[in-house]
Amino acid sequence: MSESLKKLKEVVEAGKVNKDAAFPPQLKGQEGASEWAAKCLEEGINPQSILSDALIPAMEVVGKNFSENKIFVPQMLLSAKAMGAAMHHLKPFFTSGDIKSKGTFIMATVKGDLHDIGKNLVTMMVEGSGWTVIDLGVDVPSEKILKTLDENPGAVIGLSALLTTTMTSMGDTVGDIREVNKDVQIIIGGAPITQEFADKIGANYYAKGPNEAVEYLKDFVS
Amino acid sequence: MKYKKLVIDNPQDLMFGIAPNPVKTRRGLEIGGGQVYSELNFTLPTMKINNDTIKEVQRHYREIAEGALERALELNSKGVVLEFETLLEMTKTPSIGVDLVKIMNEVCEKYYANHGLKSEIRLTPNDLREFERPALQRTSSLLEPMFELFEKGAQAGGDLLSIESTGGKEVSDNALMMCDIKAVFFALTVLGVRDMQFIWKRIVEVAEKNGKIAGGDSACGFANTAMVLAEKKFIPRVFASIVRIVSVVRSIVAHEQGAVGPEKDCGYEGPFIKAITGVPISMEGKTAACAHLSPIGNIAFAVTDLWSNESVQNIKLLAGMAPTVYMEQLEYDVRLANTALREGTASAALLQRLMVQSDIYTDPQALVLAPENVIRISKQLIKGDSYVANAKNGALEALNIIEEALASGQMKLSDMETAYLPVLRDDIESIPDNESAFVEMMMPMLDQSSFLAKEYGL
Repeated sequence: MSESLKKLKEVVEAGKVNKDAAFPPQLKGQEGASEWAAKCLEEGINPQSILSDALIPAMEVVGKNFSENKIFVPQMLLSAKAMGAAMHHLKPFFTSGDIKSKGTFIMATVKGDLHDIGKNLVTMMVEGSGWTVIDLGVDVPSEKILKTLDENPGAVIGLSALLTTTMTSMGDTVGDIREVNKDVQIIIGGAPITQEFADKIGANYYAKGPNEAVEYLKDFVS
Repeated sequence: MKYKKLVIDNPQDLMFGIAPNPVKTRRGLEIGGGQVYSELNFTLPTMKINNDTIKEVQRHYREIAEGALERALELNSKGVVLEFETLLEMTKTPSIGVDLVKIMNEVCEKYYANHGLKSEIRLTPNDLREFERPALQRTSSLLEPMFELFEKGAQAGGDLLSIESTGGKEVSDNALMMCDIKAVFFALTVLGVRDMQFIWKRIVEVAEKNGKIAGGDSACGFANTAMVLAEKKFIPRVFASIVRIVSVVRSIVAHEQGAVGPEKDCGYEGPFIKAITGVPISMEGKTAACAHLSPIGNIAFAVTDLWSNESVQNIKLLAGMAPTVYMEQLEYDVRLANTALREGTASAALLQRLMVQSDIYTDPQALVLAPENVIRISKQLIKGDSYVANAKNGALEALNIIEEALASGQMKLSDMETAYLPVLRDDIESIPDNESAFVEMMMPMLDQSSFLAKEYGL
């Protein structure tokens, strides 16, 4: 692996967005993900390799550290931001087809539920693992999810609910989706959710946390 | 800012069951008047609320009230508060909520008339405004059903009016995830304070018009969210403990507007508000394990006047329905405390000391709730000339207390936690005392699409 690719992986892991970023303090004044990604491209490194050999592995380390309680969410968010800064340089290569996304993931907090912290964490980690994520927000009706699925055939759906009282809404949403699409993969999560509940309402998988969602998605790379 | 002097300035006077300004209710509870009462919280099992299920919903609430009061009676309870925290549908369609208040009030009245058991309903409509993003805090049409429920629910028997208002949450949610203490300050001491002034003026008017009691407002969506995130190890516990202190400045505004207590159970800012204003408070701790893990299970009781279980679904347990079971647990907790109070100051102080000492150094969120620390911090929370300055002074004092406990070796925290202490101090010290200067500093740093400044009078 080239030196620049290694550096890019390191700064994404550390959450160093760019040279001006104050965090992490020990890298103050040093180049960050934005600069190293640009350098990699200048050196002629294949954009797909930048994504697959530096950015995604860096986020895997971050995800693992988080699930082992070695870092807090802000560090993870900064790494995600660093990855975003690098991805900015790679964007044209997605359009040209030089980089292939692993697939599309549609994420929503179900109708009647306004909690978005868990949803945002899943969104960030799935994006960091190389998926294209469409975040529909909170309090999302089934119709909006179905319309987005229609526009993105083959996408995987992620649904979040935090309250016992909105679990029924999650059941309705899954039911509505299943009426028109029996095969779409549906991952659900949230504090009151269990695998038993997932089985009962017809979802495919209950993800306990963002990392479990990322792991499960590995089987569905398009 | 109304409060310039502590009503309770001696930690020994900060005691459970005793508030300098107790609240007397219609059926004779005297909250803070020398004994602690149970405050039972409950919710539906997983089910839909619509026209087809409304009878079933009503059956659940009648069953909850009957079961709880019957159990309280069996245990010689001196009094109970039932908190009715409404679900979305019950506020959106106020008649649903009002009918449920009526049902529970009938049960309360029956137990009072037949057995002399005193009970009251705390009516807590959920804040519908957060369903609009960005929220229209002052102009939303959703204020209409909320206040219809306050008004008609009060008339139907909701004697204590409360809310967990959400002004500033648009900014706070992201700020918590990023551990951005400056944005937390902005959410609570600028947006939160301004919204509290707006909404509590109206709630107090409803209470006064209907001869009811304006209770208080918990920063549940802010400081409790921080506590839960810290429990999940998403953010540091030291950060959550500082968020709690900042939330005092926001929640006390209800009392500046005329609320008299009792404070809400999930507002762990209650002890500070009790010290500053003298109003009675409600707290939850170990007996709220049905709802969430708590790092402050015992210490939460130390200065409370109502003791709550946060929330439990109406589901069947071996001993009966869950709210009935929790009623029993709460009653035994308060029975012990009330026995200590009856025995005199020494017994009450001993019980309080055990509650405090069993938790104090296990978590910074517990540490700041020890009565001597509550007084230390509260003195700082009122000495400034602005809400921002008060929060700043209180937060810095809390940091001092945490650092002292670490330096003395009484409290131990991981390096991951302690790394945040200097960062927090630097950030807090960089906040200007003046609100306008603070707003000017923060606006360019915030995602201004997430909130509408004009809806906060900015």
